[in-house]
This record gives sequence, structure tokens and C-alpha cells, in this order.
Amino acid sequence: MQAAILLFPGINRERDMILAVRQSFGREPAIVWHKETELPTGTDLVILPGGFSFGDYLRCGAMAAQSPIMRAVKAHAEKGGYVLGVCNGFQIITEAGLLPGALLRNAGLRFLSMDTMLKVERNDTVFTSKWAKGAEFRAPMAHGDGNYTADEATLDRLEGEGLVAFRYSDLNRNGSARSIAGILSPNLRVLGLMPHPENLVDPLMGGTDGKPLFDSLAAA
Amino acid sequence: MKAIVTVMLKTGVLDPQGKAIGHALNNLGFAQVGEVRMGKIIELELTETDTAKAKAEAEEMARKLLANTVIESFKVEIAA
Repeated sequence: MQAAILLFPGINRERDMILAVRQSFGREPAIVWHKETELPTGTDLVILPGGFSFGDYLRCGAMAAQSPIMRAVKAHAEKGGYVLGVCNGFQIITEAGLLPGALLRNAGLRFLSMDTMLKVERNDTVFTSKWAKGAEFRAPMAHGDGNYTADEATLDRLEGEGLVAFRYSDLNRNGSARSIAGILSPNLRVLGLMPHPENLVDPLMGGTDGKPLFDSLAAA
Repeated sequence: MKAIVTVMLKTGVLDPQGKAIGHALNNLGFAQVGEVRMGKIIELELTETDTAKAKAEAEEMARKLLANTVIESFKVEIAA
């Protein structure tokens, strides 16, 4: 699995993502600046890390979604390539239309920086195969706009087609519709989620709860 | 020609900032305030001199970037 990690101005979790990828994939990810117009040849997986791209101006992820590299990312996804968006990366790919819905200001208005528990809704995807179905794991979250929303018809379709990847299983602190923490594209190759599995991939970080995500991808 | 784009969260979309402002106004003694909705105004200086064309241009910009039509609605007004 060859990964390319996108870098937008204001992104700050790319090092965490590099570490997680290096450890599980056993090879270095490419780092791709947002002004590039093409992904490196042989890219299997595009990762959009967390942070505050373009200072969250206008809306979280709105500016980054218009960056030159995003045209290549859309083409990659259309060809069936893998895409992973975490936190701001999730916001960017919803703004870019790769996943439905949007992330609103947290219902309680506060920035949430704490651990949450996530439930694995399905384990027959390239992102979740190393977990048991229904498994719960700890994941740090750090966001002000993680309140997932979509119209009722879209939410029903996501549920009906099994495209909810992760749900908040302890408390739904940000007010997300139906406790949704992460969703998949219909071909199950694009995943977006708010919490940060990449921040728990080594005992030195206090746990390895998030490592199955990267191990699953490595095995795909 | 100036275009004024007003972007608001769609009816039915939770507006926690509007709610917080409403609570604060109530706490200040403005008991007459009911629901509060918050949005943003974006002013665009356009080179176009035809009002209808300027409006169409601004609307396209709103659809592509200024508003996220999944959660927001927008209104374009042209000021002379």
C-alpha cells in the first residue's frame, strides 16, 4: 500500500499520520503539497490529515476542497482509489463532495479535546478488517466542528446501505446525527471520520487502539 | 458593481451559535427575543456592469464556494 499524505497550509497532524503509516505499511508515505496537480505515480491511498487548513476560513475545509490537488484526488477516487480523511481531512472531503453531508459546529459550541469511544459498525472493509464487528475502541478527538449532519433521506441511505463506519458509543459529545463518527463511500473505498486513530498507534502514545485502521489498510 | 451575498444555515439545520446569542440576549434582559439565527455576509467587488450578469456570477460563486448548499442557503443582492 503506497500512501500519499496531502499537506495544506494549516494542517498540523501530518507527522502523526506519517508515523502511523510508516509503522503499519513499512514504507514511507509521499508528502504532497496542495498546489500539486498530480498524485505520485503508484499512489494507492490518499490521506488528508487533521488540522485547520486555511485557518478554517469561510467553513472548515472549504478552501482546501478547492485546492489544485483535489482535482487529482477526485479522479483517484473515481477510479476506485482509497481515500482516508481524518478530522479536517473529513471536513475537506465532504466539502469536495467525495462523501455526503457536512460537519457543523459542535452542538455544545465548545472545542472538544478528549478521548471518545467508537464502535466499529462493519469489519468487511479495507479500513476496518483488523477489528471485530461491533468492537469498541478509544480514539482521541480534537475538533470544534465535528457535528455530522445530512438530510434525513441521506442519513437513511447511509444506514440502509451500511455506510456508517464508526459511531460514538459512549457519549455523542458533538451532537452528530445518529451518533455518526465516520462514513464510507458506496464503493467502501473512501472513509472520513472525525476522531484521530493515528494518535493511538504506539504504546508510547498511551495505547494502540487506533492501529487496526492502519494495519487493515496495510493488509488490503 | 458590488454584490452582497448573504449565507444562512438552512431552516431545520441546528444553529448552536444563534442559540447561544439568543440565550445571551435573554440573560441581558431582552426577554422579547425568540429564535436567533446567525449567518454571514460576503461583499464582492465585481468588474461586471450589467446587474443581471453580476447577479448570475455571484450566484455561481456562492454555489461553488461561498455557501455549502448541503447545510446553507444564500441570497445575492446587487448594490449599485
